[in-house]
Amino acid sequence: MNYFKIIINGIVKENPTFVLLLGMCPTLGTTSSALNGMMMGLATMCVLIVSNFLISLVKKLVPDMVRIPSYIVIIASLVTMLQMCIKAYAPEIDKSLGLFIPLIVVNCIILGRAESFAAKNNPLASIFDGIGIGLGFTCGLTILGSVREILGTGSIFGFNVYSENYGMLLFVLAPGAFLALGYLIAIFNKLKKA
Amino acid sequence: MEKLKSSLTNMLAVLTVIAVIAGGALAMVNSVTAPQIEKINAKNLADGIKAVMGSDDVQVAEPVEIEGYTSYKVSDAQGNALGCAVTSSTNGFGGDLKVLVGFDNEGNILGYTILQTSETPGLGAKADSWFQKGQKGDIIGMNPGKGNFTVSKDGGDVDAITASTITSRAFLLAVKNAYDNVIAAQMDGTSSASAQKKHCDKNEECGDCKEGCCGNECDKHEGCGDCKKACKDGGCNKKCDKLEAKCCEGMNK
Amino acid sequence: MNKLVVSLSPHVHSGDSVAKNMYWVLAALVPALICSFIGFGVGAIITTAISVVSCVFFEWAITKFIMKSDKCTICDGSAVLTGVLLAFNMPSNIAPWIVVIGAFFAIGVVKMTFGGLGCNLFNPALAARAFLLISFPVQMTTWPVVGQSFNTYLDAETAATPLALMSQAFKGDTTALSQLPSAWDMLIGNTGGCLGEVCALAMILGLVILLVKKVITWHIPVSIIATVFVLSGLFNLVDPIRFANPVAEILSGGLMLGAIFMATDYVTSPMSKKGQLVYGVAIGALTVIIRTFGAYPEGMSFAILIMNAFTPIINQYCKPKRFGEVPAKK
Repeated sequence: MNYFKIIINGIVKENPTFVLLLGMCPTLGTTSSALNGMMMGLATMCVLIVSNFLISLVKKLVPDMVRIPSYIVIIASLVTMLQMCIKAYAPEIDKSLGLFIPLIVVNCIILGRAESFAAKNNPLASIFDGIGIGLGFTCGLTILGSVREILGTGSIFGFNVYSENYGMLLFVLAPGAFLALGYLIAIFNKLKKA
Repeated sequence: MEKLKSSLTNMLAVLTVIAVIAGGALAMVNSVTAPQIEKINAKNLADGIKAVMGSDDVQVAEPVEIEGYTSYKVSDAQGNALGCAVTSSTNGFGGDLKVLVGFDNEGNILGYTILQTSETPGLGAKADSWFQKGQKGDIIGMNPGKGNFTVSKDGGDVDAITASTITSRAFLLAVKNAYDNVIAAQMDGTSSASAQKKHCDKNEECGDCKEGCCGNECDKHEGCGDCKKACKDGGCNKKCDKLEAKCCEGMNK
Repeated sequence: MNKLVVSLSPHVHSGDSVAKNMYWVLAALVPALICSFIGFGVGAIITTAISVVSCVFFEWAITKFIMKSDKCTICDGSAVLTGVLLAFNMPSNIAPWIVVIGAFFAIGVVKMTFGGLGCNLFNPALAARAFLLISFPVQMTTWPVVGQSFNTYLDAETAATPLALMSQAFKGDTTALSQLPSAWDMLIGNTGGCLGEVCALAMILGLVILLVKKVITWHIPVSIIATVFVLSGLFNLVDPIRFANPVAEILSGGLMLGAIFMATDYVTSPMSKKGQLVYGVAIGALTVIIRTFGAYPEGMSFAILIMNAFTPIINQYCKPKRFGEVPAKK
């Protein structure tokens, strides 16, 4: 198995935001700015890599009928640990993303990758899949966050591009997230075809 | 290695083991991070109190819970009472709006900070700067017990955030609630004695009592002439009319 | 042209066309435009012109460069109509760049993304108004007062509209309703507001033109206005201090504009008469509810947009009877 291919697969062919359309709740909820989106993507990636690795390790030990509860316990513990660490060592991130970190537990990307990849592949490949999908998710969220931030408040990553007075508030709010995502998916599909 | 069969014993054993390991790991991480989180929370609170009291050098007394409002008595390094910082929350436009407000000993607002908000970015979320000193909706120095502490749309003295009247109302209500339930209650308790002392004696001339009958700042023996606020508030109109009616007319405009 | 054209029936054409209908709607809007010019000065004309020009431009550019089609979709007048309606939903002193953004949203996002005229789910002008209202709440809610000198544009004087007063009354301001302008003032257009909500009389004139020319039927406008009248009348009976009288409700805000020109948009309203009545009553009820209990003083546009979304369902349940159909026996 070509590890590089696995990563590219996660970013382009199976991009969780633009192609698989998984994890829509954090995608729409946290991308009010580019930085928030990126942080959420990175946090998810951390959980994804570790959970993929652990699940791939224990895949033979977990009986089929209890695999979902087992995976969820593992993922939930990881997320809770991540939340504690963020609260303790990165209070700034906690302030803006606090509400959404626990929601990583129910992010379909993580359980989905556990089921469809980690449970069928070896631990090393699973780690790379975690990196690939995680990067894809981070890219997706950062792009969506940038678009919304620049249209909504006239800045990007906090740097002012044009006056906030000209920003379209809608894009900071939830409906703008749907609109921006829809158009980004259209553009992504167009580019992929070309 | 074969995959484990889904027999009852297997399932029980696996789930138990996973839960125990996960629980243990969580407990470990918690024991490492808990003190740090505690420290950050305490620091946030201390920073907030310093900010709202407008002073860096403060001692904060143990919090007191009064009818759902948490009140921190604050004094300066020498132990002189500076006032009170009070947390208060109301329903904003998007959810709970929680503020920390600092009052001085007379109940005037020293400063505020927003602890928790889910207001609309770009609109209601402006509340954290809108009501600060020098901004359009400046409330610093105002006393919620006097005057009409509501937005101008409701006939009050405070300019609401443009296009966010609901947030502005909620914010002012939170501050006013903090004042009514904590500060006013405290002042009733402590100031009844001093109010007696301040009460004017027989002659009842504004000039004779420094902070007395008209409740304002007369500091000269010239009746209402120099007692600007008294004229405005109409606190000593009866006496003023005789002495320097001109002044009062002017002030009342 | 000696080709034999094979096509489905009907073969006789009445001469009715999209373009013809669009131009009659435009004609019906002329009285309102004149009224808003008299009320707000040249700003009304400038705003309308910018809106129309940019709508037509975006329609042309998108058809030509993105859809790569040579069809002349701007000739059917629908883009012009969207432009006029969009302008009628804005205050006359709005900054030009906001109008252009609104036009882009109406044409580019709401209409062309879904495939152009006939495929759009929502009324483009209304969706753009909702977009602008949420995006630029300050600019979109500073309404100019009427009686400006003819050359005012961006510097117009502003004041609260009757609807804002009604909303205040509900929130506990007992004096707000007494400041309402009289019904006569609202009818002839002596109140502030956006371009199209100024003169109810001009709107009614427009309705008459549309009905006479059979561009629309009476079902939608009448059911909306009647529902609003009845419902707000009930509220008014319960508590006349908090709820405005029903005549003021139907004469104020974009109600007339919405009921006559927006809700009746062919593409986004139900097809059968029965469906149109359901649609109209629902819009009327939603309008009163949003106006009275909602955060925004004006509920008309949101009510219509919500019901636009329900139109396919209404169409499904209110199918017209097939000609010659016999009810199935059980």
